[in-house]
Amino acid sequence: MSSVKTLTGVETGLTALAVSLRGVTKTYDNGVVALGPLDLAVRRGEFISLLGPSGCGKSTALRLIAELSAPSSGIVRLARREGTPRPGHGIGFVFQEPTLMPWTSVRENVRLPLKLAGVPKAESRGRADEALASVGLADFAEAFPRELSGGMKMRVSLARALVTDPDILLMDEPFAALDEITRFRLNNDLLALWRRLGKTVIFVTHSVFESVYLSQRVVVMTARPGRIQADIRIETVEPRGEEFRTSAAYSDYCRSVSAALAPSYSGQSTL
Amino acid sequence: MNAQAAVIAKRSGVQRALRFVLPVIVFAAGLLAWELVVRIKDIPPYVLPAPSVIFLTLIKDWAVLSQSLAATLLTTLEGFVAASIGGIALALLFNQSKWVEASLFPYAVVLQVTPVIAIAPLLLIYLEQQTAVVVCAFIVAFFPVLSNTTLGLNSVDRNLAGLFQLYGASPQQTLRFLKLPAALPYILGGLRIAGGLSLIGAVVAEIAAGTAGAGSGLAYRIAESGYRLNIPRMFAALLLLSLAGIVIYGVLALVSHLVLRRWHESALGKDN
Repeated sequence: MSSVKTLTGVETGLTALAVSLRGVTKTYDNGVVALGPLDLAVRRGEFISLLGPSGCGKSTALRLIAELSAPSSGIVRLARREGTPRPGHGIGFVFQEPTLMPWTSVRENVRLPLKLAGVPKAESRGRADEALASVGLADFAEAFPRELSGGMKMRVSLARALVTDPDILLMDEPFAALDEITRFRLNNDLLALWRRLGKTVIFVTHSVFESVYLSQRVVVMTARPGRIQADIRIETVEPRGEEFRTSAAYSDYCRSVSAALAPSYSGQSTL
Repeated sequence: MNAQAAVIAKRSGVQRALRFVLPVIVFAAGLLAWELVVRIKDIPPYVLPAPSVIFLTLIKDWAVLSQSLAATLLTTLEGFVAASIGGIALALLFNQSKWVEASLFPYAVVLQVTPVIAIAPLLLIYLEQQTAVVVCAFIVAFFPVLSNTTLGLNSVDRNLAGLFQLYGASPQQTLRFLKLPAALPYILGGLRIAGGLSLIGAVVAEIAAGTAGAGSGLAYRIAESGYRLNIPRMFAALLLLSLAGIVIYGVLALVSHLVLRRWHESALGKDN
């Protein structure tokens, strides 16, 4: 575990932080302590993965950052752009399922965040089409969600998260339900988007390989209540591509991340 | 492979045709048997009229019967519209506040489980007859709309609700763009049941009104013909009621299909 650096604090460059969590805990009404205490600092433009066993509170952490639920204690702080008019506008959220409205077209689905914010129709349609083009679905604006494959639905979901041009993109195991080939393609597309748009991405996954491939930092969490077990920086030649996926460095990183993850799974054999 | 597919397609086509033809054959055979039994046994029409006699009565009495049909259909429509609006509005109210729901829902259930035939005579005492009949149709039909709409409004995808919350949707926006569209298949299911039920409610009230000696609907015609032993006309009126029920159901099923066909599982083909 010599290559594993544990997170020492959140003191690094406070001005450049996009998200900071301090002593955040979450206890549900039924008494289950889901999270924490958790300290996490994410720099602007950084791509980090939260990796951990099922039920370790990764998704809870994401929901706290999105302000979809409130922490039981601690502080969640987001860097906001000047003049962000309504809550949530600085944030794009991609759920584990595509979470599309089945009763309306792909374009209307992508346009939804703008429509809710009262953006005029012509402008919002234009921006929805741009967002669809950025995920390679320009030709499917008129289609209904059920007419798309699982991977395409996920792309629509991504386009919807990008349509408000958020600073922070939160992704909750977005590709977990997809087949491996589709998942690899979407991984590459996501990296390309991230390089082009420079957004802060917090990516929740339970796949070691996915987290190492995608992120600059892999934050390994313990089993419930989720705490940070290790914070591993992934450094390689950018831009990453398929050659990284097959490189020795990649498998070394995967090994050390797996090693950091192993204690979280110990004692779970009875489950 | 192609030939095999063609054979399968042909077989499924034949099956679909059979599905349609077989009930018709059964119907025709039943009518024929009925006609034969009446003729061979020489049963008088006031005991059991032959189908041919019923059909002739339908034509002969069309002036009276069509008027009654129109009256019943109007009552049904009024009851149905009132039940739809009332049921959906009440469900929306329930959805806004669980205290309103807790306060009123038991009474909606009471209204539903009390047999309308027992309420009708009371309503006829307190209300004008035409109003009473419509109210009966309403009482019977509104509960399925209410309970289905409530179910639909509560079945909104949790993640979608989270998404609306994330983007700061107002309650009105959430209702209009999320809850109502999500509830639509359920609402339409409720309306489909309510259509048939409002006809039943109208008929029940008309019968009750008929025993009080007034009325103009088909059910009143049935009651009146019964007193006069005009059995063929009873059957003719019954036939019209059945047809009306089938048409109401068909129309509502069609509307539901047309509204949902682009996205809802229930309206998509099995192969899709």
